[in-house]
Amino acid sequence: MKRFLTVFSMVCSAIAATGTQYGGELRFCLYSEPRTFNPLLVADTSSEAIRYMTAGVLIRVNRQTQELQPELAASWRVVSQGRGIAFKLRRNVTFSDGTPFSAEDVAYTMRTLFDPNLHAPTADSFRGGTSVKIETPAADEVTLTFPMPVAGLERLFDQVGILSSKSPKKEMASLGPFYVAQYKPGSEVDLSRNSYYWKRDAQGLRLPRIDSVRLYIQQNRDMELIRFQRGELNIINAVSPEVFDQLQAHMPTAVRDLGPSLESEMMWFNQSPKAPLPAYKKQWFQSREFRRAISAAVNREDLCRLVYRGHARPAEGPISPANRFWFDAGLKPHPYDPKEALDLLGKAGFRLQDGQLYDAQSHAVEFSIITNAGNQAREKLAQMIQQDLKAIGIRLNVVKLDYSAIIDRISQSFDYESCLLGLTNVDLDPDAQMNVWLSSASNHQWNPNQVSPATPWEAEIDGLMQAQAAELNPAKRKAYFDKVQEIVSQEVPFLYLVTRNALVAVSPSLQNANPSVLRPQAVWNIEMLALAPEVVKK
Amino acid sequence: MKAIRYLAQMLLLTLLLVALWPGALTRTPYDRQFRELPNAPVSRQFPLGTDELGRDRLSRLLYGTRVSLLAAPVAALLSTILAALVGGLAGFLGGWFDRAAVAAIDLMLSLPWLFLLIMVRAMLPLNLPAMLSVLVTFGLIGLLGWASAARIVRAGCRTLRCSDLVVQARASGLSNGRVLVKHVLPNVRPILTAQLRASIPIYILAEANLGLLGLGVADPLPSWGNLLRPLESGLIPNSAAWAPLILMLVVVSCFYLTQSSEVVVR
Repeated sequence: MKRFLTVFSMVCSAIAATGTQYGGELRFCLYSEPRTFNPLLVADTSSEAIRYMTAGVLIRVNRQTQELQPELAASWRVVSQGRGIAFKLRRNVTFSDGTPFSAEDVAYTMRTLFDPNLHAPTADSFRGGTSVKIETPAADEVTLTFPMPVAGLERLFDQVGILSSKSPKKEMASLGPFYVAQYKPGSEVDLSRNSYYWKRDAQGLRLPRIDSVRLYIQQNRDMELIRFQRGELNIINAVSPEVFDQLQAHMPTAVRDLGPSLESEMMWFNQSPKAPLPAYKKQWFQSREFRRAISAAVNREDLCRLVYRGHARPAEGPISPANRFWFDAGLKPHPYDPKEALDLLGKAGFRLQDGQLYDAQSHAVEFSIITNAGNQAREKLAQMIQQDLKAIGIRLNVVKLDYSAIIDRISQSFDYESCLLGLTNVDLDPDAQMNVWLSSASNHQWNPNQVSPATPWEAEIDGLMQAQAAELNPAKRKAYFDKVQEIVSQEVPFLYLVTRNALVAVSPSLQNANPSVLRPQAVWNIEMLALAPEVVKK
Repeated sequence: MKAIRYLAQMLLLTLLLVALWPGALTRTPYDRQFRELPNAPVSRQFPLGTDELGRDRLSRLLYGTRVSLLAAPVAALLSTILAALVGGLAGFLGGWFDRAAVAAIDLMLSLPWLFLLIMVRAMLPLNLPAMLSVLVTFGLIGLLGWASAARIVRAGCRTLRCSDLVVQARASGLSNGRVLVKHVLPNVRPILTAQLRASIPIYILAEANLGLLGLGVADPLPSWGNLLRPLESGLIPNSAAWAPLILMLVVVSCFYLTQSSEVVVR
């Protein structure tokens, strides 16, 4: 008893010395129902947030530094010229239900991940994963060998939540800081602290500090704001610029503008030969000068200032500055220059007459842009582009459609002229963008599913993307992808408009919060977060 | 009661005049973006301030009033004509035509009109000029809104078909067409008039609903529907509250005039 009291008083004094508060419940909202709790089947943002807080991974991408850090793997090395990876696992780690963690669990997870019957979205990133060779030479060693080299292999393990091979709870047994304790469909998901969690803080004290997390399933953002202002929520992970300014006026310490996020807005012209458009319009859209002229006619600074209240910046290209390694610092946003736009159009045979632009065959230049109804920011962007293009004699018809109607037009019927949509690069590695940049890809939006590249520059992009995927040297891969970004900036298949800033609101009562632009923003360091004593007492 | 009726009439008349000549009160184009003056407060240049893109709120409100106030009666007229045709013929002719018309009416009434509007709108050509989009939006509302009126007209015609008046007319040797035109239609005219009046505020609200979803009249043309969009964020300046206020007053006035005219008819 005496010994217990001594240990207890030591722990208490250590906690007092660091000023760290334990206990309490963290509350925030998910904007949709989580579709799965199986970490290998995650494909939606809500499930992804839950996976981040509950699943243990071998390697973690640090959301602040964007560097790799060891988690369940104490160390690793890439072997067999990039075809394999050997992990040395952390010892004395236990799942949330008390079952021990070993190499067998990693092998079981990888086998399950590559099971063709499971259709795990994460498995697609490991090309040729179905024929992976898994070896467990010791209880704390695993080696995976793939049939071909996988670029950025280590980063892919950030998405692979380890399952227990022995636990009767299977995927519900967790190695992360929390486990799913309760799920009320349509209402909330409750997470409880994993008392077996292996990680300790710098003082050697147990983590996580918070006892539980309550995730309300709440689509209504106004309700979320009201509850945050009442103190019922601790975090809003995505704040609109209007709400940000409102909160800043009343709760200046609660809001944070984290700078450029991974989300940008862009538009593109339909260049598909299958499009049911008049030949002269296809000719406009396939003209590089035309696309560059439109890009030069759009005032991106105004878009940022008026639509996003200054919480955005003109976009440079496909990679946001938030992606530190892959961003090409040499690229600059296309400057606003209506005169240059008219010069470019003149070179392409267009002429301005009585305020109206005509092409070489005397067709008045008019086209439509489709965007999704209900997205106010995007609607405002379209209205501003409409006025910008009016200045160079182009009539732009803004058409707002239901989202499913847009998807049908851009991927099935190709019955549209131009489209304005957003882009979110969840994965930092450009390998994840293969389905956009390869001319044969279905998400090569301006002209998808090409049998052979329609233009020399698309052929060049194909070659560069294949080369970066086969290359293991990060610097060489970066050089290849920089070239892709430069071609895209020159040829303008996508007109990148703005990169939105990541705006979050964090209750002042939440300690150690250091939100990141990467998902899951404010809770990326969930195990380190703590609540103020007065909140814990409540 | 008379005073309220008078007030409602005066309000609608004033707004109708404003709708016909918005240029008399403002010279600023409704679509011009004064980008250096977004969200400007009330001033001599901008009596209701500017919106987030720097557009004159007064100008947008006046032109938006024109769009909503003039197009809604046209849509109401369209749906009333359709209702008179379908309901009138079904009630008067009976038989297989009546059964088919009732089935069509039931089908139309069972469809969720908002989704139907969204679906039909998605199938329209993309390059519609803004003014044509007004006609299309209200035309669609009118085309899809005839069913409930047709049911009432049908019931009225059915009653008349068996009335002494029609039996006597037929006995005198009048053809079906003449009976319909000379005796039935004049007798269902009060029903049609009431339906027309009741439809106008309903269609104004329908456009507002579509506009609130961003699916109404095409930009940059304003309508009460798209002027209500800022309400969505809950962060509206006082000067933006005119659109919902006028919408409410117009709808209440229309309903009041419809109700009071029903009292007069009775």
